Amino acid sequence: MSLLDTPLWEVIKGSFSPSIWERLTPAIWETLYMTALSSVIMLVFGLLLGILLTVTNPDGLVPVKFLYSASGWFINCLRSLPQMIMIILMIPVSRLFFGKSYGTNACIIAIAASCIPMYARIVESSLLEISKGKIEAAKSIGSTNLQIIYRILLPETLPSLIRGFTVAVIAVISMTALAGMFGAGGIGDIAVRFGYQRFQHDVLFAAVYVLIALVQLVQWFGNFTSKQILKKRKLI
Amino acid sequence: MTVCGIGVMEEYIKISGLYKTFHSHNGPVQVLKGIDLTVHKGEIFGIIGFSGAGKSTLARCINRLETPDAGNIEVGGVDILKLSKKELLKERRKIGMIFQTFNLFEARNVYHNISYPLEISNVPRAEIRRRVLETAELVGLADKLDAYPGALSGGQKQRVGIARALVNRPQLLLSDEATSALDPQTTLQILDLLKEINRSTGITILMITHELDAIRYSCERMAVLEDGRIIEVGAVRDIFSNPHSHTGALFARVYTEFQKTDLEYGSGI
Repeated sequence: MSLLDTPLWEVIKGSFSPSIWERLTPAIWETLYMTALSSVIMLVFGLLLGILLTVTNPDGLVPVKFLYSASGWFINCLRSLPQMIMIILMIPVSRLFFGKSYGTNACIIAIAASCIPMYARIVESSLLEISKGKIEAAKSIGSTNLQIIYRILLPETLPSLIRGFTVAVIAVISMTALAGMFGAGGIGDIAVRFGYQRFQHDVLFAAVYVLIALVQLVQWFGNFTSKQILKKRKLI
Repeated sequence: MTVCGIGVMEEYIKISGLYKTFHSHNGPVQVLKGIDLTVHKGEIFGIIGFSGAGKSTLARCINRLETPDAGNIEVGGVDILKLSKKELLKERRKIGMIFQTFNLFEARNVYHNISYPLEISNVPRAEIRRRVLETAELVGLADKLDAYPGALSGGQKQRVGIARALVNRPQLLLSDEATSALDPQTTLQILDLLKEINRSTGITILMITHELDAIRYSCERMAVLEDGRIIEVGAVRDIFSNPHSHTGALFARVYTEFQKTDLEYGSGI
């Protein structure tokens, strides 16, 4: 069904037809798979990079100016590439890892390369929220730097880290849709092939519903978790 | 050596020729300009001064949160400035510190705030539990162990801070404006607690403050810090009745004014 020859209302009704959703279901799984895997990779490396930035900061636990500037510069370089260019740029890298430059797994590399630096910056700003006094107290007690990081810094900023991760996961979801254009499959792929190339707007609408629902769900879950922690700590 | 009621007192903190300069964007600022100071074992020693006089920096040099540029610091016979990183961590566990802003860990409840210093030094679980309960009892928080700092009043927060500083059974407690954020009544309770702990455990307390009443109430000896130098040292009574320095005189005058006007703040003390 296309908006070119069908009224909007009919297209909307059509977008709920079982045949469309049958076609969409595997794509939803692909998107979920890509999002989950990319998010985990992003979480691990983004956290590490964010911690590195915070710790080596001139005012940080172990000020290392060279490392701080170098990692900052590297992150800025990666962040200055638009997501689409990153996908294209990562094609040879994906081929190196997976032997092919298209498909779901191949695109995860591009998504990670694009989202890790972004998430690292978010982590950095979350970690910098901690009051210097707490770090000072932990130091005065005789904590090692490692103990300060995983026993104080991360737990204290956890609600903010969760909110930041939520934002980042939503960015991952939007990038999976873009990656769909480059053979990653998923909802983005469906939206482009049917909605854009074949004017099947009912399919496009269905894809939009899924994306909206997915993002809402992630945001709600992030807000809920972070709020529960703050409530438990009696901070709200 | 000073002779007091208890007998001859042992020198516990010995500071000499301490210098510290901070390098800010507006050029270097010399905060400590040759500090010489001796604190005796088991006393509550007050250091008073206006904001910016260098009080906090002095306290933070003692557990080396700040590294001085020159000088000597000895605490209980240990040369603080010569310690290796590893030794410093161990030494810090023997020096408790409490803060104006409490600096509690908000992700941890009262129990786990107090237990933190023991957790990081690998004390066995049962022993941790025993000592946390004992320390919580000492500061009067035995019924608040499950509460999070966010739910506590200022006075209760400082009690947690004190418990956290004491749970390692340190010989020295650095109190950096510990009562400055509290109301007069709570201040009094916290000072009473510190005095009580000093009496029962014999811990040495270095009390940094700009509050006259806190010092008059708790300390026998004090020093007046002005512009990075110690300009007066002696018995609290002497300095208040016969101040030799500008700051000392100013503080003493402010104090008598306070008493004259019988403000609620002074009257309790």
